[in-house]
Amino acid sequence: MRKIGQNTVWIGATLVALILVGAIYFGSNYLRDDRGLPKVAEIGGPFSLVDHHGKSVTNRDYLGKPTLVFFGFTHCPDVCPTTLYEITNHLKELGPDADRLNVLFITVDPERDTPQQLALYLSSFDPRITGLSGSPENILAAEKAYHIYAKKVPLKDGGYTMDHTATIAVMNSKGQYVDAMHYQAPSATTRAKLRRLLNLGNS
Amino acid sequence: MPTGVRAQSVENTMYINTSRLHRFVMSAAVLLNMSTVAVAQQFKVKSIVIEQPWIRATPAGAEVAGGYMTISNTGSEPDRLIGGVLSQAGHFAVHEMKMDGNVMQMREVEGGLEIKPGQKIELNPSSGYHVMFMGLREPLKQGDTLKGQLRFEKAGSVDIEYRVEAGGAQGPQQHNH
Repeated sequence: MRKIGQNTVWIGATLVALILVGAIYFGSNYLRDDRGLPKVAEIGGPFSLVDHHGKSVTNRDYLGKPTLVFFGFTHCPDVCPTTLYEITNHLKELGPDADRLNVLFITVDPERDTPQQLALYLSSFDPRITGLSGSPENILAAEKAYHIYAKKVPLKDGGYTMDHTATIAVMNSKGQYVDAMHYQAPSATTRAKLRRLLNLGNS
Repeated sequence: MPTGVRAQSVENTMYINTSRLHRFVMSAAVLLNMSTVAVAQQFKVKSIVIEQPWIRATPAGAEVAGGYMTISNTGSEPDRLIGGVLSQAGHFAVHEMKMDGNVMQMREVEGGLEIKPGQKIELNPSSGYHVMFMGLREPLKQGDTLKGQLRFEKAGSVDIEYRVEAGGAQGPQQHNH
């Protein structure tokens, strides 16, 4: 009889411990802010570039807010302007809430996309989008940090185009990669991701 | 029983209303479609029919623009779109945009775009095919109509007009109803 009683106590204690551990685990999930989001891959990292106002910037300048990072170039007829128009629409819809977000458009074509060219191009989109250019070496370093494939492809007329990864990297306010937005993902998916990102960043 | 009967009659009334609404929506849709057909731009040269050419408005400072249309070959011989002109651009090419995983790739279509007999090819942002205008001399503004020309290997040259749609448009405006 006494032995059974002891077992019962042990089982009870174990159950209480399990429940506590579970509560802490789930509780922390409910309470998490965006910094609590797990870092899912070693994407992102230090960069040193020039923004479209001509100011030297590093990745540290964009900490403190969630950041969308997208690579492209202005001689791009399809993916890049489409993505920028879509982001513009999302930012417009979010209104002042979108001020709590950084949006970076980093060129893969620094040869043609000078800060001045980026400034002109981005004047057609939401003013909260920042264009980044820099030396070819620094652009290459940023591409590597974000796992971006970019390659110059010559065209017959003597010009060239750029193959490049079209995915938007979503970074939390600590500069950790937390999600990706894929080209041609349904608008509702992107909207939901942005809202979640901002709500999490807010709590 | 009486409750059941009442429920049934309510259901009947609702059914009639829905079908009336349905008929109204259908006829409205038919009318809209007719107006779409009436305003659809069509250009022909021999066996080649070009429908609704459009271009995306360009952001400031952009030097390239994508043009889209539907091309049909009603003849019995294959033909190829091999060139074109737009007075606002310095250079014309037929391109294919492809996604290789998450990587965007763009390539010139070698030897021009073939249109087989009876084939209808859609050049639109989702199909990947577009005509590419390079060396733009001025931004293309939404709502403008631009004169251009296409050149086919067999059918020869044809004058067409492009409608300039919004920068992020996925299709010509007439399709957005």
